[in-house]
Amino acid sequence: MSALLARIVGSRLFWPIVMLFVLFVVNLIAFPGFFSITIKDGHLFGSLIDILRNGAPTLIIAVGMTLVIATRGIDLSVGAVAAISGAVACAIILGSPNPGSPATVAVAVLVAIGISLVLGVWNGFLVAVLGIQPIIATLILMTAGRGVAMLITEGQILTVNSPPFKMLGSGFWLGLPVAVIIAAVLFAAAALLTRRTALGMLIESVGINPEASRQAGVRARGLLFGVYTFCAFCAAIAGVILTANTAAADANNTGLFIELDAILAVVIGGTSLAGGRYSLAGTLVGALVIQTLVTTVYTVGIPPIATMVFKAAVVTIVCILQSPRTNQALGSFRRSLAVRAGKGAAAS
Amino acid sequence: MNKKFLSLAAAGALILGLAGCAGGDAASESSGPKALDELVVGFAQVGAESGWRTANTKDIQASFEDAGIELKFSDAQQKQENQIKAIRSYIQQGVDYIAFSPVVETGWDAVLNEAKAAGIPVVLTDRAVDSKDTSLYVSFLGSDFIEEGKKAGQWVLDEYADATEPVNIVQLEGTTGAAPAIDRAEGFADVISENENLQVIASQTGDFTRAGGKQVMEAMLKANPDIDLVYAHNDDMGLGAIEAIEAAGLVPGQDIKIVTVDAVHDGMQALADGKINFIVECSPLLGKQLVDIITTLNEGGTVEPRIITEETTFTQEQAIEALPDRQY
Repeated sequence: MSALLARIVGSRLFWPIVMLFVLFVVNLIAFPGFFSITIKDGHLFGSLIDILRNGAPTLIIAVGMTLVIATRGIDLSVGAVAAISGAVACAIILGSPNPGSPATVAVAVLVAIGISLVLGVWNGFLVAVLGIQPIIATLILMTAGRGVAMLITEGQILTVNSPPFKMLGSGFWLGLPVAVIIAAVLFAAAALLTRRTALGMLIESVGINPEASRQAGVRARGLLFGVYTFCAFCAAIAGVILTANTAAADANNTGLFIELDAILAVVIGGTSLAGGRYSLAGTLVGALVIQTLVTTVYTVGIPPIATMVFKAAVVTIVCILQSPRTNQALGSFRRSLAVRAGKGAAAS
Repeated sequence: MNKKFLSLAAAGALILGLAGCAGGDAASESSGPKALDELVVGFAQVGAESGWRTANTKDIQASFEDAGIELKFSDAQQKQENQIKAIRSYIQQGVDYIAFSPVVETGWDAVLNEAKAAGIPVVLTDRAVDSKDTSLYVSFLGSDFIEEGKKAGQWVLDEYADATEPVNIVQLEGTTGAAPAIDRAEGFADVISENENLQVIASQTGDFTRAGGKQVMEAMLKANPDIDLVYAHNDDMGLGAIEAIEAAGLVPGQDIKIVTVDAVHDGMQALADGKINFIVECSPLLGKQLVDIITTLNEGGTVEPRIITEETTFTQEQAIEALPDRQY
């Protein structure tokens, strides 16, 4: 039992999960019905469902971001790519003769994804071929991308009336939010693809030591292209979901600051910005912490003026708890637990 | 060594030369009215955060084009630092007039003093700045947001005049710190305080966006099961709230009444469809009035320090009537 406890406390995911739990408790105190999930109009309805649904875009982008960060990179352009993707999808649907047909929506989404893939390849080219530092390389698209999205929407908010498109953001399938299903499928696919094959290990090796990996025969260039393109793909999907949520493409606000949320989710999840070892499960927890934080502000009724300070305080606490120094201090506590576990095992 | 000195001297001369140029420009500016096609006006817009704002942008651009005045336009994407940068660049370019809608109320004194020092008159449109020094701008053209809040509050007061039980109101605020958010909340609170049954039980910012309004409303619906009325500081947040209310299996406009401010096209459509109950207009069509102010100033005339745009309110019936003729 204590051995298990020691392992749990030692895990990188321990503090984020504790934080998530604390936030849940805070919500529960402020609003006793927080955990209740009911069925309304044939779909699940409750605060937890809202957290999952509203957190889906952040999680999707954070999955792509995790792989980029594992290569010691970073992608700041995801918010702008999401805005472009949403703008392209809405522009196509608005321009088509029958916006309500699933075929139109499919074409719109595919074109949006296609364009985003090109943007991802561009990022990959800057980083892998030209050797520009990732933070600078993706900063280009971060600033320019929103401008491109503005050009596509001509500075307007494009409102579309297309039930199948709206499904993607706020619809339900088998009672579950479609956005959550998409996020779950993408998460599972990324986890299987990188963890059931050697791909994940190769990505980590590039992050730990690119030169050593190259000499060992790892094709770093292709991997870098791959992760940036995948990240843009994730951003495109998130952009479609964000836009479909309100059935309106808003070039200025779609995915605004989502890159920071995604990076934060990755970091809270215990993946180091210095590259190397990464944890997709950690990213999942990180994304949930961030979205729960946002929802907590609304349910607890924190005054808007104090919102930023509240969020900053929570994030600071998580970071302090995760810092190497804190872990060192906790090490002795963990060792004592392990010793007790040893005794416990001997006694049984 | 000698070379270095020479290049330094050259650079110094260059700077002096530039300063001389700028001085010359400022001097020529004060000499009589300019022809309209020689005028250059810099306009620093907040962003394109809502349908209202884009209608405002279009009207201003069209009005200046009609008048034949060159308009330099910048979009601050809702960030004050971007707007300050834009205003500084207008000052450097030596435009004749600067007009802008401040993103937030405070923090403008420094950059407005720079404009004043450069002799460029500033006109505020749509939103005010909170500064004791009123000499920093010549006029503020825009709506009276407190009055808008009062109009919204008055409708609520009349609607629930016979209420014997508490009426639970939730408020979707605009961007924290923005003038319309502060004033619309204040005017509304002033009026509804007459009836103590009317209570604002929750108030959160939805940043004037649909996504923001939707997410806030979703959470509020869970935490407060008995909401009677939503007061949104703009149509877009109200439209977001409609989505959240529908997803909760309730009927917007009936189970939960909605009052908003702005009257943009999508909002008016929802009002006509019975999903919103009342909209207080906040007209974005200030382009013509802005051109008038600038031509008056150009001819050496004086303008009122506060010019209020003409506005009305809409009920559901009035919306159905007005909708076909709306420009935005």
